[in-house]
Amino acid sequence: MKERTFRQDHLLGIEQLSVGDIETILETAEAFIEVSSREVKKVPALKGKTVVNLFFENSTRTRSSFEIAAKRLSADLINFNSSISSLKKGETLKDTVLTLEAMNPHIIVIRHSASGSPHYLTTFARSSIVNAGDGFHEHPTQALLDALTIQQRLKTLRGLKIAIVGDILHSRVARSNILLHHKLGNEIALIGPPSLVPLEFEKMGARVHYDIRRGVKDADVVMMLRVQEERGAKNYFPSIREYRNRFAINREIFALAKKSAILMHPGPINRDVEIETSMADGEHSVILQQVTNGIAVRMAVLYLLKGEIHEALN
Amino acid sequence: MKLLIKNGRLIDPAGAVDQIMDILIENGRFREIAKSIKKISGCPTIEAKDMVVSPGFIDMHTHLREPGQENKESIESGARAAVHGGFTSIACMANTEPVNDNRSVTEYIIARARQVGLVNIFPVAAVSRGLLGENLVEMADLVEGGAVAFSDDGHCVMKADLIRKALEYAKMLDVPIIEHPEDHSISAEGQVNEGFISYKYGLRGMLKAAEEVIVARDLILQERIQSRLHLTHISTAGSVELIRNARKLKTPVSSDATPHHLLLNEELVQSYNPVYKVKPPLRTEADRLELIRGLQDGTIDCIASDHAPHTRDDKDKEFEFAPFGVIGMETSFAVVFDRLVRRKLLTINRLVELFSTNPARVLGLKNRGRVKTGFPADLTIFDPKKRFKIEEKEFRSKANNCPFLGWEGQGAVAHTIVSGNIVYSFKTR
Repeated sequence: MKERTFRQDHLLGIEQLSVGDIETILETAEAFIEVSSREVKKVPALKGKTVVNLFFENSTRTRSSFEIAAKRLSADLINFNSSISSLKKGETLKDTVLTLEAMNPHIIVIRHSASGSPHYLTTFARSSIVNAGDGFHEHPTQALLDALTIQQRLKTLRGLKIAIVGDILHSRVARSNILLHHKLGNEIALIGPPSLVPLEFEKMGARVHYDIRRGVKDADVVMMLRVQEERGAKNYFPSIREYRNRFAINREIFALAKKSAILMHPGPINRDVEIETSMADGEHSVILQQVTNGIAVRMAVLYLLKGEIHEALN
Repeated sequence: MKLLIKNGRLIDPAGAVDQIMDILIENGRFREIAKSIKKISGCPTIEAKDMVVSPGFIDMHTHLREPGQENKESIESGARAAVHGGFTSIACMANTEPVNDNRSVTEYIIARARQVGLVNIFPVAAVSRGLLGENLVEMADLVEGGAVAFSDDGHCVMKADLIRKALEYAKMLDVPIIEHPEDHSISAEGQVNEGFISYKYGLRGMLKAAEEVIVARDLILQERIQSRLHLTHISTAGSVELIRNARKLKTPVSSDATPHHLLLNEELVQSYNPVYKVKPPLRTEADRLELIRGLQDGTIDCIASDHAPHTRDDKDKEFEFAPFGVIGMETSFAVVFDRLVRRKLLTINRLVELFSTNPARVLGLKNRGRVKTGFPADLTIFDPKKRFKIEEKEFRSKANNCPFLGWEGQGAVAHTIVSGNIVYSFKTR
């Protein structure tokens, strides 16, 4: 295995990563894919280390993915379930984390509805903090697993056109992907109604389109975002029906992308809302591959933060 | 009881004075102001050579939290903070618990202020009962009880009809309506200025338009009503421009800006540190510079701190869950002096207007903000050369949610004098 060059104490977001860091994580993840294909899917890289899954928002896939990743690295994992937690009794986030830290964990993986919560933890916590999604801000492991998937399918991460369709304004997945592909120099098209895609996003190195046909044209990657009914209730768009008519991906629109293009979605998908159901299961869809890659990427992140080099793979 | 102040540079814009003067105070009032007053044996004397003597500073926008939230601040701790910052008079907003929407709360605040002594406290009563934006408070009764102005502050009067009626009714009483301009239907659950920074960092935004549409609405109403309208803590270039234009039309309006909007911009929220979470939010650099121009050209009349104390625990939270507000009374003058006067963006004389002359006029405090024989002897004496570090341990406020901690201040307050009593003096260390 390659010499570890990762120098970060935390994974707060894509923003803090260099291109070299991103490449290191992806290379490490590729090595871990092999582990997951073994009969005994376990390496001792985090043996004796404790990982806390601190999830304040409902999440099945991300929480399970981190759990499996930690366990395949032989770490001890504790799931802190917010529904039965002391937060319900009015304990502050700081007190919750200080209490957990009194048990000396090595890594805290946090999912929280408030943007910047992982950054806040780093102001007082001793553990390595991994952002598993903070508010509308970032979801770095999602962007990394997306990148790994793109690399596997398209054999490159450079010179691509990435089209992201939907509720950019409220999407941490979109932000992390924009940051990542901007760092890699890829072309980024953001597509949605102006109420959900403010023009200021162009300052992050993207182009904004209100017409999905234009945005998707010649794309290498089409990334659909989940659209939430509550945005309609707040008049970001008039109805799901109208949203679907203008912004859902179907065969006809997808045909405007490159022949080799792949269709991505961070899940959970709304069939026949943002994505035509046959497309979700079609030959261009890599949605389940994204889920599989999530484990390898999260193994890589946990390993790079706290793993011992001599206990590496093999 | 006498007090003599000798050899200070008296700057009193209301009396068109800027020269070395001696001031004799007797029984809490100015007795004599002259080029030379002989020392009187047994009379305490302040040697004010190389100091500036200003009519007492007035902070027209503070939150003292009493009654109801004494864990954040009290009238006593707020008063101590005020005189430490050089203020001889402060106006306190109505969002106490219970709300200051009736005479008994106003009278309670005044009674507590008297017990504490130290500083003159002028209650600002709510415009609407319970700050709910529906029904007017008993304004005349409140004025008789001692309220000097009316404001729903952070709630803003959202119904145009209600602000119209409030402005009309207040005209009879000759008191100002202070509006915190914010259309809540636009700002909604916003946390920071809406724009590139809010989008990039995933924080809900408050458009500048949320402020400007209320500024515009109130100015249009006021054009006809010609009452006394004061727009507090304006934060956008657009608001400055709207007020500037209204002035050209001779619409009566006054306004203030806070030190934090004058000296900080939205880029600070990238740290997710809740000490930078304020309402209105910190805006862009262009807005900040336009506010300074507004001070220079007279569009903005006053500097007010919007002193908003919170407990340490309140502010030690996720950005989104922390309350809005910073404290300011103890740092307001020193940071503005350092960043705007020392750097020659404002003159000392203009600063005295912004901190004393104009707030007295806006609040209708007819015998304050001026050094004149017979007036209550409120003075702020400061050393314009003295630099010092802003440190939490010096704070008298119960709170520490101050964005200027660690900054250098200049123009240290040497003495705060309220009704002839020295209520604060700088310790020579």
